[in-house]
Amino acid sequence: MRKNLNVIAAYSIMMGLIILVGIFQSWNIALSIFNLCLISAVMTMGANIQWGYAGLINFGIMGYTALGGLAAVLISVNPVQEAWSAGGLNILFSLFLILGMVLAVRYVLKKFEKSKTRTYIIATIIILGIIIVRFVSEPGIVAIEEVDPAKTGFLGGFGLPIIFSWVVGALFAGGLAFVIGKVALGLRADYLAIATLLISEIVIAIIKHEDWLTRGVKNVIGLKRPAPYEVNLQQTDWFINLVEKFNSSKLNLISDFAERQAALNQFVIEGSSVFVKLCYSGLFLIVVIILLILTQKALYSPWGRMMRAIRDNEEAANAMGKNVVKQHLLIFVLGSAIVGIAGAMLVTQDGLFTPGSYRPMRYTFLIWVMVIVGGSGNNFGAILGGFVVWFLWIESAPIGLYLVNLTTAGLADTHFLKIHLIESVPYFRFLMMGIGLLLIMRYRPKGILPEKIEIK
Amino acid sequence: MDFINAIILLLNYIFVPALAYGSQLALGAIFVTLIYGILRFANFATGDMMSFGTMFTILFTWYFQSVGIGLGVLPTALLAIPFAVIFMIGYMLLIDKFVFKYYRASKSPPVQLAMVSIGVMFVTQAVVRIIIGPSDRRFFDGEKFLIRAGEFKDMTGLNEGLAIKSTQVITIFVTIILVSILFWFLNKTKTGKSMRAYSDNEDLALLSGIDPKKIVMITWIIAGILATIGGALYGLDKSFKPFTYFNNMLPIFAAAIVGGIGNPFGAFLGGYVIAFSEILLTYAYKKFFMYILPESMEPDGLVQLLSTDYKFAVSFSILVIVLLYRPSGIFKGKVL
Repeated sequence: MRKNLNVIAAYSIMMGLIILVGIFQSWNIALSIFNLCLISAVMTMGANIQWGYAGLINFGIMGYTALGGLAAVLISVNPVQEAWSAGGLNILFSLFLILGMVLAVRYVLKKFEKSKTRTYIIATIIILGIIIVRFVSEPGIVAIEEVDPAKTGFLGGFGLPIIFSWVVGALFAGGLAFVIGKVALGLRADYLAIATLLISEIVIAIIKHEDWLTRGVKNVIGLKRPAPYEVNLQQTDWFINLVEKFNSSKLNLISDFAERQAALNQFVIEGSSVFVKLCYSGLFLIVVIILLILTQKALYSPWGRMMRAIRDNEEAANAMGKNVVKQHLLIFVLGSAIVGIAGAMLVTQDGLFTPGSYRPMRYTFLIWVMVIVGGSGNNFGAILGGFVVWFLWIESAPIGLYLVNLTTAGLADTHFLKIHLIESVPYFRFLMMGIGLLLIMRYRPKGILPEKIEIK
Repeated sequence: MDFINAIILLLNYIFVPALAYGSQLALGAIFVTLIYGILRFANFATGDMMSFGTMFTILFTWYFQSVGIGLGVLPTALLAIPFAVIFMIGYMLLIDKFVFKYYRASKSPPVQLAMVSIGVMFVTQAVVRIIIGPSDRRFFDGEKFLIRAGEFKDMTGLNEGLAIKSTQVITIFVTIILVSILFWFLNKTKTGKSMRAYSDNEDLALLSGIDPKKIVMITWIIAGILATIGGALYGLDKSFKPFTYFNNMLPIFAAAIVGGIGNPFGAFLGGYVIAFSEILLTYAYKKFFMYILPESMEPDGLVQLLSTDYKFAVSFSILVIVLLYRPSGIFKGKVL
């Protein structure tokens, strides 16, 4: 118990801060911060597995998040029958061709010795393949995108409950990570960082511009929900009764019936959105706890010890007969899959998929700040990092505004400097993140909750 | 005649823009490569440092415009660049003193320095957005075109016009001058040679009495000059927006690695490799084929290899291929 005192203290402070937001701002804001903290925590766990356990740099987090989001769309949206009949065959045939291309390349790689000729053959297969695929898919894509472009214009999905997408998102992201890992894992650390960053940009470019698959920048809105809708809740009896019970002390103060009814209505509207957010919190919490148990088990298992050995001294681990390449690939896939789950959770919560909103600052570098600040190699630290950094990211605007008002108190309200500073308050969050990261890296390089390995 | 028309078409839409864009990338890539070669880390704050320098250029341009100083047909920004460079160098040395020096002294692994550069990236980005705001700004003044498309048509009697923007010419000229001075400095002067020696083998350089403090300072000064001028030229040619500059970091990295990281000449050529391949692969060749092929063979589609949406993807794919087949870059950089 004593050993874990700092963990408990840190988490209590964090929860206290969120509760303070609930009391002073509103429970709605507090819960939405809490939900996104949970999603961030899942992402940081994924990044932490790669960086903290194995020392692999992955700057492609944005790409896996987006793939998770794509999974949510493909699983939950109802299939667009017209689009399928318009161009589905072409698309399926193209997929078949791509599969054939990959198999052909594999065959050449296996069959021939490494030589210039082999490289040329592979290049020819790929170039020819791309030309044929474009030729086949072009009419299909045009036909699909012409089907009611204002509403659909894409193939749609499978029409399953969106919860399934959390697993599928993990599979998508893991699949991409497998390919990237095969290609790029041999690179030196900072090359790997740059390569993954660039590959994630390619993934986003594809998601943004392949309208037949994702609707691109037209966005997909109104996704299914695992939680009830606010509008329905507001008309259900048991929910109204529940709200009445909760607020009975306040309601009893109001004697007038009409006024009481109006107040109750207000409470029901507020309560319904809080209730929906609570449903999400519950779902996310379950995911976080399951992942935490699994990752903790992994950390203290023989496998975890092996990963740390590989991280700390690759050559020695190799000499002991551990397959470093294989383990790196495995952990790269696992970590990315967890990030994919987070991506699907994020889209599930928002109820919409906006490819244009995936930006590396928010989805890659911010997650890294979380891991470093929280404490790499320590799961509790990584989760705490997700909470602290996301909380600051959201609350830095009010804090920044307060600081601006404090420092420019001597100036008149119309002074140009004051107006300019107040307008730029949203950017103070970048400043806070940067300074926070620099300070932590300088004075507490292992993070708030450093890695502690006990031998049991 | 048709053949000349086709050539002019390619010159107008591919060669001239790619040359200008490549020059801008080349300056950034030399910046990345110098930092990587001498300070030994991948600087993720590249794009934002460039936007920081450009911001000062814009501020000085506004000041000069407000007091009525100008260069006539040339953009006022050219006058502002030297002042911006001074501020930029000050900022670079300040960052180095308070941030990077500690990690260099404690011999941290390059990965840690790269992480630190992300912190610098966040701070720089915030400072730029707080001072000048995130919106799109144009600060070009003076004569816009050297040759207008219409004038060219009248002059030569061809169907295709060739428009050359003055910013493109300025970009190419300034790049050539700057890069020649830089290579002269690195290859001929004593300080330049000691910089290369330090980049090649730190311990040996220290043994032969090279002062590391001086090397680091000069590196930051050169980096400041390159970042400011590269950023300002890009801003003059297109427009200044902090977010675009952040994104430009990616093709710049690609250029530096393709050319062989740590090798300034490779980075210089890498910029053009990336720029040309981006534009060549995403250009729609329909009109070109209409000129050179007989009418019966004219293509139906746009004859575009990749849609322009995938412009960035091209440079990244080149990078991935280079990393796989020749990790030290086309022109032998550091052996990694």
